[in-house]
Amino acid sequence: MSTKILEKKLLADVSGSKIVQIKLAAKDVAVKAKAGQFVVLMASEEGERIPLTIADIDENKTTINIIFQEAGFTTRLLGKLEPGDSLYALAGPLGHPTEIHENEDVIIVGGGVGIAEIYPVARAFKVKGNHVTTILGARNKELLILEEELRKVSDNFYITTDDGSYGKKGFVTDILKDLLAKRESYNLVYAVGPIPMMRKVSETTKPFNVKTLVSLNALMVDATGMCGCCRVSVGGKTRFSCVDGPEFNAHEVNWDELIKRNKIYCDKEQHICKLSLK
Amino acid sequence: MKKEPVKIKEVEATVRSGNFDEVILGYNEEEALSEAARCLQCKNPLCSSGCPVGIDIKTFIYKITQKDYAGAYNAIRQKNNFPSICGRVCPAEYQCRKACVLSKKGLPFASPQAINIHFLERFAGDYGMKNPASSPKIQCPGSNVRKVAIVGSGPAGLCCAGELARAGIKVIMFEGLHKLGGVLRYGIPPFRLPRNILDYEIDSLKKMGVEFIPNFIVGRNKDVDELLGEGFSAIFLGLGAGIPSFLGIKGENLCNIYSANEFLTRVNLMSAYKFPKAHTPVNIGKSMVVIGGGNTAMDAARCALRLQKTNGISPNTTILYRRSEVELPARRLEIEHAKEEGIQFKLLVKPQEFIGDEKGFITKLRCLQCELGEPDASGRRKPIEIPGSDFEVECDIAVVAIGLNANEILTKVTPALKTDKYGDVIVDKETMETSIKNVFAGGDIVGGEGTVIEAMGMAKRAAKSIIERLCNQR
Repeated sequence: MSTKILEKKLLADVSGSKIVQIKLAAKDVAVKAKAGQFVVLMASEEGERIPLTIADIDENKTTINIIFQEAGFTTRLLGKLEPGDSLYALAGPLGHPTEIHENEDVIIVGGGVGIAEIYPVARAFKVKGNHVTTILGARNKELLILEEELRKVSDNFYITTDDGSYGKKGFVTDILKDLLAKRESYNLVYAVGPIPMMRKVSETTKPFNVKTLVSLNALMVDATGMCGCCRVSVGGKTRFSCVDGPEFNAHEVNWDELIKRNKIYCDKEQHICKLSLK
Repeated sequence: MKKEPVKIKEVEATVRSGNFDEVILGYNEEEALSEAARCLQCKNPLCSSGCPVGIDIKTFIYKITQKDYAGAYNAIRQKNNFPSICGRVCPAEYQCRKACVLSKKGLPFASPQAINIHFLERFAGDYGMKNPASSPKIQCPGSNVRKVAIVGSGPAGLCCAGELARAGIKVIMFEGLHKLGGVLRYGIPPFRLPRNILDYEIDSLKKMGVEFIPNFIVGRNKDVDELLGEGFSAIFLGLGAGIPSFLGIKGENLCNIYSANEFLTRVNLMSAYKFPKAHTPVNIGKSMVVIGGGNTAMDAARCALRLQKTNGISPNTTILYRRSEVELPARRLEIEHAKEEGIQFKLLVKPQEFIGDEKGFITKLRCLQCELGEPDASGRRKPIEIPGSDFEVECDIAVVAIGLNANEILTKVTPALKTDKYGDVIVDKETMETSIKNVFAGGDIVGGEGTVIEAMGMAKRAAKSIIERLCNQR
């Protein structure tokens, strides 16, 4: 009933910022999962239900990988689990899969731990014969993940770091803007990363009138459409990220609202983190 | 004969509102005997006609008067697998008690003179729980080689599972959440339905051979065709009402505005009232409002008040409802309990707009006063807004408890499953079979939002059809 952790890999560990990959024995999820979908999991019986994107599925469709940054209480708790340990609960795949067209020209943008989420999408686009341009962004070289994996599935490949320690110094949007200005044939920009990055991507692509999709990381509880915790305003309408998303048209997302709603439990989070440090 | 109803023992309001323990303590033997003795044992009893599953109320009450409590328990179990649950959550005043000959007629709900059938049911149910005796099996030959899938472990699913298991049919139950019980677990708070009661009933099903698979979402992990292809002879869909309705007014996505489903799921399923020991948070305000007048609204308000008290906040929780008190659809008992505990009621008000601060948190709610007009389709008088009667209610948490729409996670991916304009599954009312052969459905996914016992009534009809089908297919 519980879900076993088969492998664990530290993808990045810089001054307390850990990005962890775990492989889970999850046949029921793996068999059905498609690029763009997520799972909801509980690290322990007392735990929260948190959504995490499925970063990879093995060829035999018996295991899935998830990648997370140890940022809050639950992700840190998750980071303490080792191979052989089990998650209390795992359910999925949830959300709509990414719509993968054929023979299109797509730009895939990933920032920070969001790179984990674009990997299966970039690969799916590549497999279907699309021209894939990938732009990765990270704070610095050490925090850049899945570089080799993404390079393999990309026709064009760019890296930016905030501090210039690797690739081009600057932001993903600098490169994105150059690309869009140079060529008009792009059919889609697909971006996942921190909210400010996705918002910036949206602002960058809008004047070029390129379809832009983002995968939103709203807070969730059941993640099956029952609670409405993850509601976002898209095109002036309320949508549930879990069942209507997680991908939405970036140009229609009410970013201010999303930023505010994602801070609903800031106080509680600080409280529980403080207690756990004691 | 004793004329006056025997009052039920309850924990005192100021005490109980400071915790999540059960409010109603139930009858002891003496009280049960005394209340049962009030039953007139009518020649042609009306009470059973008010029960969605047709419990033989006259007989079970008679058995109580004879101190044959096991007999009373079994008499109920003939029709209802979960007397301890239904004795606690059934809106008896709208059902069996309203039909009781002792109830004054012409009222929207039973008068206090009606026999306290639900409390007697609870007494018999709890007796049966403490004195387990095997319930009779109605085995049909060969049925044990057939298996049935049940989707959803709420009241409908549990009831159907019990019926099928008793007939010797192998039942495998799939639940999307990590815990079993559906709305009985995530919706109804422990102070109304203690978790040990629910766990007991689920455990008894396990002992009868029912297999439970949590964290499994039919429609995602497997679809209906796959289940049928894997050797399930029939499927019962007890998917429940899923998607919460919102008011559709300005500011509804401000922070700290919850759907009742979210609020109750955090508190009940995820135990947010034990935060930080349980890791799921719920925000608690100085002034909390709940919009709506059903049982869910009462549950949410009473949870809110308890959260305030257990967190050292002076209790201030208000229910806002657009009609008047008599139209409140909640159980009368819950309304009384809510009032006793200090919940305030602002009636005949209709929210117009949520207003927030610069950080996006709700600070107040603008409402209009209403008056009652002619009866609407529901038979209740329609609330009519009074122009210019705007006023504001200060609040830092709002819970919207105005109803649910159909759960679409399975129906959306099953085009052969016919649904109505509300997204509810269409069934044959007699057999409960859907548009897909050997696929049955019951509970809120069929009738829209109903009660636990109504869901069970549908589940029983479906179980009967499934048993007949499986026996004939032999």
